Amino acid sequence: MVKMTGAKALVEALKKQKADVIFGIPGGALIPIYDVLYNSDIKHVLMRHEQCAAHAADGYARASGLVGVCMATSGPGATNLVTGIANAYMDSSPIVAFTGQVNTYSANTSYMIGKDAFQEADIIGITTPITKFNFQPRTAAEIPRTVRQAFYIASTGRPGPVVVDLPKDTQTATADMDFGDNIEFRGYRPNYEPHPLQIEKAANLLANAEKPVIIAGGGVISSGASSELIALAELLVAPVATTFMGKGCMPEDHPLSLGMLGMHGTIAANKLVPKADVLLAVGMRFSDRTTGDVTKFCPGAEIIHIDIDSSEIGKNIVPHVPIVADAKRALKALYNRLVKSYRKKERSIWMRRIQELKKQQEDLVRSVKGLSPPRLLIELRKIIPRDAIITTEVGQNQMWAALYMKTYKPRTFISSGGLGTMGFGFPAAIGAKVACPDVPVIDIAGDGSFIMTSQDLASTVVGGIPVIVLVLNNSMLGMVAQWQRLFYNRRYSAVDLGAPPDFVKLAEAYGAQGIRVGSLGELLKAVKTAMKSDVTTVIDVPIHPEENVFPMVPPGGEVSNLLTGD
Amino acid sequence: MTEKPGKYIVSAIVEHKPGVLYRISNMFRRRNFNIETITVGTAEQEDLARMTITINGDERTVEQVVKQLNKLIDVIKVSILDPANTVTRELALVKVNVPDARARSDVINYSEIFKGHVVDVAHDSLVVEITGNADKINAFIELMKPFGVKEIARTGITALPRGMTSVKVNNGV
Ligand SMILES: Cc1ncc(C[n+]2csc(CCOP(=O)(O)OP(=O)(O)O)c2C)c(N)n1
Ligand SMILES: [Mg+2]
Repeated sequence: MVKMTGAKALVEALKKQKADVIFGIPGGALIPIYDVLYNSDIKHVLMRHEQCAAHAADGYARASGLVGVCMATSGPGATNLVTGIANAYMDSSPIVAFTGQVNTYSANTSYMIGKDAFQEADIIGITTPITKFNFQPRTAAEIPRTVRQAFYIASTGRPGPVVVDLPKDTQTATADMDFGDNIEFRGYRPNYEPHPLQIEKAANLLANAEKPVIIAGGGVISSGASSELIALAELLVAPVATTFMGKGCMPEDHPLSLGMLGMHGTIAANKLVPKADVLLAVGMRFSDRTTGDVTKFCPGAEIIHIDIDSSEIGKNIVPHVPIVADAKRALKALYNRLVKSYRKKERSIWMRRIQELKKQQEDLVRSVKGLSPPRLLIELRKIIPRDAIITTEVGQNQMWAALYMKTYKPRTFISSGGLGTMGFGFPAAIGAKVACPDVPVIDIAGDGSFIMTSQDLASTVVGGIPVIVLVLNNSMLGMVAQWQRLFYNRRYSAVDLGAPPDFVKLAEAYGAQGIRVGSLGELLKAVKTAMKSDVTTVIDVPIHPEENVFPMVPPGGEVSNLLTGD
Repeated sequence: MTEKPGKYIVSAIVEHKPGVLYRISNMFRRRNFNIETITVGTAEQEDLARMTITINGDERTVEQVVKQLNKLIDVIKVSILDPANTVTRELALVKVNVPDARARSDVINYSEIFKGHVVDVAHDSLVVEITGNADKINAFIELMKPFGVKEIARTGITALPRGMTSVKVNNGV
């Protein structure tokens, strides 16, 4: 036991968790903590909006596999985090968000929780449905244990965001602090080991499958199960489609990779997944964007569903073989069970079909002319390192990036999947760059999205965090316009953004580098310059306002019925 | 999976601390589960509460309810109770008009038949406390209607499995 203030204990507890970066903005209710941070070795990245602090923590977590930490003051600081927390929740990203809070009850303060004191917001109430758990310690002595529990919950089982709301008087009070390791939860014990009987059933199905297909989701990335996935796929000669969140868990130039499945999935994935006789779905949740019409999804397949969150099993699709377990352990168990007896199959017809469909997609791209986003991204991919980190905004830019920026490694494609948050990509890139300073981090952005969080250009310039923003500038809320074009008879309602801002001048105003390009050659040159630069670079790429992202499965349709635009 | 619609009783042991009921009811609202009744009270250990939830739905929905409850960190144990093997009870307080002596003695007689108690007496009304399963309470209320029911307060159903089966937290958890 050591005596110290709650604020000091918080910082000590963070160090014990090996949290060495905080993305945040201070305020009245956090001054005691910032006072301790003033001369601590924890790095603090001063953001310009709390939403960005949460997204940066999220990007940091996704790029590194560690827990991301953000901090915001009470009231508006805390409520500004909400979008970022919801985003992390939907994509199962482990972040711990600390918020300041007004004092707890005490006899001699007139401001206290529940009395609507200045900058009080019920952040516990607000974030309950968008966090894995949240805490509000009421005494200083609870702080070390709370931090331990928060990190434990955020990072174990199905990862997710945790909020810790810190009343100001718990920060200033002094108490005996216990920095032990004990974490008790009677109601939280994630199940990691797969049940042997379920593995047996799944292995039998897979061993006898004629057309086995694997769908891998974000869970494969968060459990670090890529090599297990590849080993099993190769053993079975089973093609692998990923969900949007799973992008990167299988190198997309692997012969068995089908690319992404779903609304804007590849032709190969969307045509072949429905043909499976046995479907192994791992670390994914059958979201509507992945399955299209769920009642018509893979009608002929026996489905094996592996997920660590038992509530995902049977939520959207009832599988034939449910396996509640960690993806890595379950895939390994399946591999071990199959490897001895499995008689390797050739599947040459099946493999030829995969190559044919992949070629169809390439032809689709080759047919378009001019500075088309698909071509531009394909060429860009060739000049950046295999382990470069790509983040995206939301909209057409995101789907083009998902389709045409081939991803080769886990944790190198970072995007807002479940919530679809415009403005995520840029602050997430900041977090990713802090986590991985040695690789280029590129935000494939839309103009509309980038406007939403571009003020944090300041954080990157002042904080020395050089990232690259590639604005696919159609002066449009392009994805909404695409839906209006395809499904609403071209009635373009409230999607034309007009010319402003001038992104080059905007970048320059913040002390960043701004480059406008008019050709593919110029673009590639600009990216090369940007990768060498020690300051953030915004590359403005004017594109045609009426481009469509194809392929596309119309909302609610069957995945095999895709529009290709020709 | 068969989809048997019907009434299900779910029993949950949860942490007995502030905010837990909020987390649970919020989850029901968010997940669009339709809860008929929910009761909470201290369980066999002081730091645990037992929550009894009745739901109208099909098996798949109820299975999701159980899984979503289990996912909450403050929820320690959840089971679906088998109606054939469960004791269920509800308590109701029913305030009935008794304008004259005749009505008064009728209401008192009926209460006795239902093993209820008159717990409050006023000039022109009585409050009857009645305990039993929901059907019994419904039947009593139907009977009171002709007299004029002024107010009803029902607790909702609470339940325990009979005999050997139990929904409790093992020591050492
Ligand atoms: C915060 C937020 N507001 C609104 C939307 C709805 N929305 C989805 S895509 C989109 C257009 C995005 O425009 P832009 O960033 O320019 O990308 P583009 O589609 O043009 O590539 C909008 C408004 C959203 N996803 N997120
Ligand atoms: Mg746009």
